[in-house]
Amino acid sequence: MNLNALWEYANPVKFSRTVSLVLPWVSVLALVSLVVGLVWGFFFTPDDYRQGSTVKIIFLHVPSAMMAISAWFMMLVTSLIWLIRRHHVSALAAKAAAPIGIVMTLIALATGAIWGQPMWGTWWAWDPRLTSFLILFLFYLGYVALWEAIENPDTAADLTAVLCIVGSVFAFLSRYAVNFWNQGLHQGASLSLDKEENVADVFSTPLYVCIAGFVLLFVALVFLRTRTEIHKRRTKALLARERLG
Amino acid sequence: MISLLLRDLRLAMRAGGGFGLGLSFFLIVTVLVPFGVGPGSALLAKIAPGILWLGALLACLLSLDRIFALDWEDGSLDLLATSPLPMEGVVTVKALAHWLTTGLPLCIASPVFALLLSLPPEGYQWLILSLVLGTPALSVIGTFGAALTVGLKRGGLLLSLLVLPLYVPTLIFGAEVARRGAEGLATTTPILMLAGISAGTIALLPFASALVLRVNLR
Amino acid sequence: MTLTVKDLTISRGGIPVLEGLNFSLEPGHALILRGPNGVGKTTLLRTVAGLQPPVMGEVHAAPESFAYAAHSDGLKATLSVSENLHFWADVFGTKGIQHALDGFDLNALADRPAGALSAGQKRRLGLARLLVTGRPVWILDEPTVSLDVASVELFANAVRAHLAEGGAALIATHIDLGLDAEVLDVGPFRAKPKSGTGGFDGLDESFL
Repeated sequence: MNLNALWEYANPVKFSRTVSLVLPWVSVLALVSLVVGLVWGFFFTPDDYRQGSTVKIIFLHVPSAMMAISAWFMMLVTSLIWLIRRHHVSALAAKAAAPIGIVMTLIALATGAIWGQPMWGTWWAWDPRLTSFLILFLFYLGYVALWEAIENPDTAADLTAVLCIVGSVFAFLSRYAVNFWNQGLHQGASLSLDKEENVADVFSTPLYVCIAGFVLLFVALVFLRTRTEIHKRRTKALLARERLG
Repeated sequence: MISLLLRDLRLAMRAGGGFGLGLSFFLIVTVLVPFGVGPGSALLAKIAPGILWLGALLACLLSLDRIFALDWEDGSLDLLATSPLPMEGVVTVKALAHWLTTGLPLCIASPVFALLLSLPPEGYQWLILSLVLGTPALSVIGTFGAALTVGLKRGGLLLSLLVLPLYVPTLIFGAEVARRGAEGLATTTPILMLAGISAGTIALLPFASALVLRVNLR
Repeated sequence: MTLTVKDLTISRGGIPVLEGLNFSLEPGHALILRGPNGVGKTTLLRTVAGLQPPVMGEVHAAPESFAYAAHSDGLKATLSVSENLHFWADVFGTKGIQHALDGFDLNALADRPAGALSAGQKRRLGLARLLVTGRPVWILDEPTVSLDVASVELFANAVRAHLAEGGAALIATHIDLGLDAEVLDVGPFRAKPKSGTGGFDGLDESFL
């Protein structure tokens, strides 16, 4: 496959057209896998011997947490593409992904709290992983706020791209800092959240379906929102042309 | 470059309160904390390292938006951008000037504030060491935030929102050095991490700051 | 050749404003830019000065040859007139500010804080800064704003002296400075809307 052909989709018009073709299929697939995965997970898996039915929130918690991180990673990649190759679609895709990342982070935090309440007897604990997600949430907020604050779209794209790259480094540092800090605070891993290791086979298959559903949902939403951003820019360009002409 | 540093320091002194403002803020935070949590010296001593680090961080944050704002308004930034000084040098000097007017006075005055919060005497050296190592990173990271938001109308609040998450690792390791030092625990690891963060940000972040400043000028 | 501009297209806020600009400036010459408000003169000057990148085309000049002066003078209110000039002289690595003080009749004001100057005096100080930069090409955006007749004459003399020494100047202005300079009306170079997406990858036009 010719990799260069991929760059053709950097053209906003071509991208919009392709998205219009692909979007219905991705949306339907996302819907189907989410419904299948969640129904299977919620109603057709046994209760955990220790955690009871509470454990089933895993089907929302784990995929959303994965997407919260993946969305930021995607923003990092698209930001780099924008800075290096100056493709508008790339910058707009990063802009489009950020609010989705915020929602995913919120879902992960909320489901984590709902899960944590019966399991640990508290809604919130300064567990390293929870804390890292809270920090990630703050990074998302700053990123979106910077996009909103700047009028010139190219300036906004440049500045947010740099912020995303610098932020990634600091988010990474924070992750390690938080691990270190928490260890210092209270010993022992009583609140460890490493549940992927404990997941039994009966849970893993519907979990994979749910993860696939979340990925597809994310892709569909990013496509949709990027197309909307492209349309906004097109409107702006048309208005500008009218003023000139 | 030295002339730019001297000019900024002179401006800070003539503007009145250039050095004093951050310190006064630090003092106010330190005075208010016992009102909030009670005067018991055992509790104060326990939370003193964290409070002092938070106070230093907020005092630092307070003066960030002035790093570029004045030079932006009066057109000096445009002129500096067309001058022989490299933009990376300009932002480094700006960060250095900010540290000399904010971070350094805080480091020097911190034992007094530690006294007010009943920090055990064996913690003083660690507190000062952690501030000396950590506050340069605060200034450099803050300069990056100031460069991002220069020229924005509601830049102040946004600046805090952007900079505070970036301060997390510095705050954690800095406060950890001070806390462990005060409690007589081993401090080598957080000291190394803190020094590493400072060195890394000082070496790399000016390039990002210069880049976003150039974007903001066009 | 001090400055050559080739087939330059410039944009403001992602929208092209001027296109197909070609001009050059030789030592000892000045070029006056004219055109209605908002046509893009300031954007053109900023692009030439290197503060913003061109969309297309090239600006050729020796590195570090520009001294830029725009609407704001970059003065510090709490520094005195001579301190302000000394600072810029240091930044540009030149010695002495006396000729600048003389050139713009600022000797009497040398110890006054810049904040205490009138608008016209501030402008004179801002223009005096050009003399301490030691740069050959002056890029000036409406330099005569808030200057009185006598000060405009001082400024015109300064430009003449600069040209006589082999310098050059690119000036956007609406008043007649009495300089022996070519005039370029940028109005006809206003960018026309493009059909299709040819070549405008960096602009909003690529969305059409």
